[in-house]
Amino acid sequence: MTLTMTRTLDCKGLACPMPIVKTAQAMRLLAPGELIEVLATDPGATKDFAAWANATGNALVETGQDGAVLRFVLKKKG
Amino acid sequence: MPARVVVLGGGVGGTLAANLLSKELGKEATVTVVDSTGMHLYQPGFLYVALDQANALWLARDERTLLRKQVELVVDQATKIDPGAQTVSLAHASTISYDYLVVATGSRIVREAVPGYGDTHDFYSLDGAQRLREELRRFTGGRILVGVAGIPYKCPPAPVEFVLMLDEYLRKRGIRDKSSVTLLSPLNRAFTIESASKLVQPIFDRQGVGLSTFFNVETVDAEQRTVTSLEGETAGYDLLVLVPPHRGAAVVEASGLGDAGGWIPTDRNTLQHTQHERIFALGDTTDLPISKSGSTAHFEAPVVASRIASFVRGTAPKNAYGGRVMCFLETGGGRATSLRFDYAHPPIPPKPSRLWHWAKWIFNRAYWVTVPQGRVG
Repeated sequence: MTLTMTRTLDCKGLACPMPIVKTAQAMRLLAPGELIEVLATDPGATKDFAAWANATGNALVETGQDGAVLRFVLKKKG
Repeated sequence: MPARVVVLGGGVGGTLAANLLSKELGKEATVTVVDSTGMHLYQPGFLYVALDQANALWLARDERTLLRKQVELVVDQATKIDPGAQTVSLAHASTISYDYLVVATGSRIVREAVPGYGDTHDFYSLDGAQRLREELRRFTGGRILVGVAGIPYKCPPAPVEFVLMLDEYLRKRGIRDKSSVTLLSPLNRAFTIESASKLVQPIFDRQGVGLSTFFNVETVDAEQRTVTSLEGETAGYDLLVLVPPHRGAAVVEASGLGDAGGWIPTDRNTLQHTQHERIFALGDTTDLPISKSGSTAHFEAPVVASRIASFVRGTAPKNAYGGRVMCFLETGGGRATSLRFDYAHPPIPPKPSRLWHWAKWIFNRAYWVTVPQGRVG
């Protein structure tokens, strides 16, 4: 099942490390447990988001791909 | 009547594009460069000034001496571009009209975007590099943090080069054992490009240079001497060196021609503004997801010049930009590697060697008589 998102961060067309930086910024505004969806086209994003979630303690709860667009759903820790 | 081509900005891209246009079009066009200072700075040299390896004098030249004599130079600040009327307003002179406009205004440093940035050191301006050099001369040991306070920024390898060259500098001064050097990286590796990161990581390990991962600088507390990341981590320092945040030029923002960061939405192949076909952009000025560097501007300028020449002559433009960038990466100890890539091919850097260090040195020295004139491609 695809989770329904209230917040989406469009990082399509941005090069590494922009998607990570924008996500880190956006995450600051979320309450613990809130979800955010990030869309990106940088092929390195898959590895980077997994490592970022692991390092920061935020959860990567869903990943997907639609053509060239990669989708990541992250849940704020706490 | 000859076509009127106006180039905003006398950096690498603007100077080369103007010279190539003048050479190609001769009497078919008038080419005017508008530059706010009339002084051309060789920015890759800042790194060497900061680390006491070069004198600031070789970094600046009078822009006039770099332009073909047929190119007019106007030393003034462009304040507004009107794409409808095809005019550029200037701060001190009357408005100038164009048939084709090249926006090569580059990036602007906005230290104030980081709360507490204050007098944090950097090597992204000539003043900053000179101030850092003085600070390093006085430095007797302690914790040095080097980080990035905003993305995108010019010359992505510069922070890596800086920490490795700083390591060498401190060893020569005999204070390396009293100092720690740590790079605060936005990612989980030393450098955005994975292949280059794999190459420099063993050098970090060997030289004892620290790496703090996923540390995106958010605020600085100069009193407490701490820096805090977006990820919520705080680190203490004795000397902090940050790459300051960058934005597009004020004239781009004032004219409503840029995106949220002030970068011009640019077609990745034709280098035209996505909404205004008579406006071209190159170098740092664009929103393209490639390196902001002199090298990028250098490879884009011939494409811009050739496409404008085709428009002037009413022929079909042939040249397109394929994302080509080439840069050197100093790895310390008199060694360097190189990164060559384009939209379709990621770089495969060679093993660091003295050869690439000398190639970079020769390029730095030969810059003034080769690049602006279009003698190397």
